[in-house]
Amino acid sequence: MQELAITVIGHDRPGIVADVAGVLAGLGANLTDSTMTRLRGHFAMTLVCTGPHAPAVEAALAPLTADGALLATVRAVQPEATGEVRGEPYLVSVHGADRLGIVAAVCRVVEEEGGNVTDLTTRLTGPLYLLIAEVDLPPDAADRLAERLREVGQRLDVEVTLRRAESDLL
Amino acid sequence: MTAPIDDLAGWTPESLGEPGAVRAVVTAPDPVLSRAGSEVDPRDPEVVRLAADLIATMRVSPGCVGLAAPQIGVGAQVFCVDVTGHPKAVTVHGAFALCNATVVEASRWRPGREGCMSVPDLTGDVKRASRLVVEGQLPGSGVTVKFAADGFEARALQHEIDHCAGMLFLDRVAGAHAVYQRKTYL
Repeated sequence: MQELAITVIGHDRPGIVADVAGVLAGLGANLTDSTMTRLRGHFAMTLVCTGPHAPAVEAALAPLTADGALLATVRAVQPEATGEVRGEPYLVSVHGADRLGIVAAVCRVVEEEGGNVTDLTTRLTGPLYLLIAEVDLPPDAADRLAERLREVGQRLDVEVTLRRAESDLL
Repeated sequence: MTAPIDDLAGWTPESLGEPGAVRAVVTAPDPVLSRAGSEVDPRDPEVVRLAADLIATMRVSPGCVGLAAPQIGVGAQVFCVDVTGHPKAVTVHGAFALCNATVVEASRWRPGREGCMSVPDLTGDVKRASRLVVEGQLPGSGVTVKFAADGFEARALQHEIDHCAGMLFLDRVAGAHAVYQRKTYL
């Protein structure tokens, strides 16, 4: 058994998740972390599972991709330690008119301030472009990053906010 | 049953008459967290001891503002809450325990991100009423109280009442992408 990283993307239709998960279960591959969503009419799955060798999984998924409507990739990956605490969680929200390079510019300053993007979603709806990113920041990095994000926002003419992703223990 | 009184005045954990023992906190997927707790007799000495244990365990757990019986492995409708000093608290009734509590009125729903000692590695976005009226019985005397809570205390009460009904915040998250790896531990 090894850890596999699998992506499946294609024109959305009912049953993609059931089909792919069914193939994996049939091979004894245990689906662990996954994220699945619809991106402009395409259904996209990114998942990690523990299972047999990658070629066996690729072969089993082949009937699902044969008509060209779905594209699947399977790769063996090294297991990573999870749950490691690296920094403090913050949320970056960006909205404005669509421009080339918003994600690149925002994520570059996050990286330059020692932050790590842990989750990110973008949506383009009509003229509005939206980016929501979760980032881990080192202690004391937030004020400087907020200032640099403000500069990026001015340059790209988009609104940018950085706020602490607070959670309450109950 | 007598008519409920409208506040918790005069009740303190010391009213239970015993210090309580610190108990181990159970974590998901333990099945006790997913079962509805039994209704209890608030005058039963075992229930009084359970309430004292909940308060003692809450007090030694950093950042903990509430604890329900299923979280220490007991499937019963008993919990304690204490939001004293919390920056988001509006109403603060101090430390108290309640038996068989129910939500009477709920309004002004607000989102917020919650963590739970019984789900140590995840947090989630949950919409809760920020204005709440709760009715329940005080352990020991068995007196029925009915009181209003706002803001963070209201959120804590709903979280604990959910525990007593066999529900975790995971049962109420706002969507498939509203659950997060917890990154800061107290």
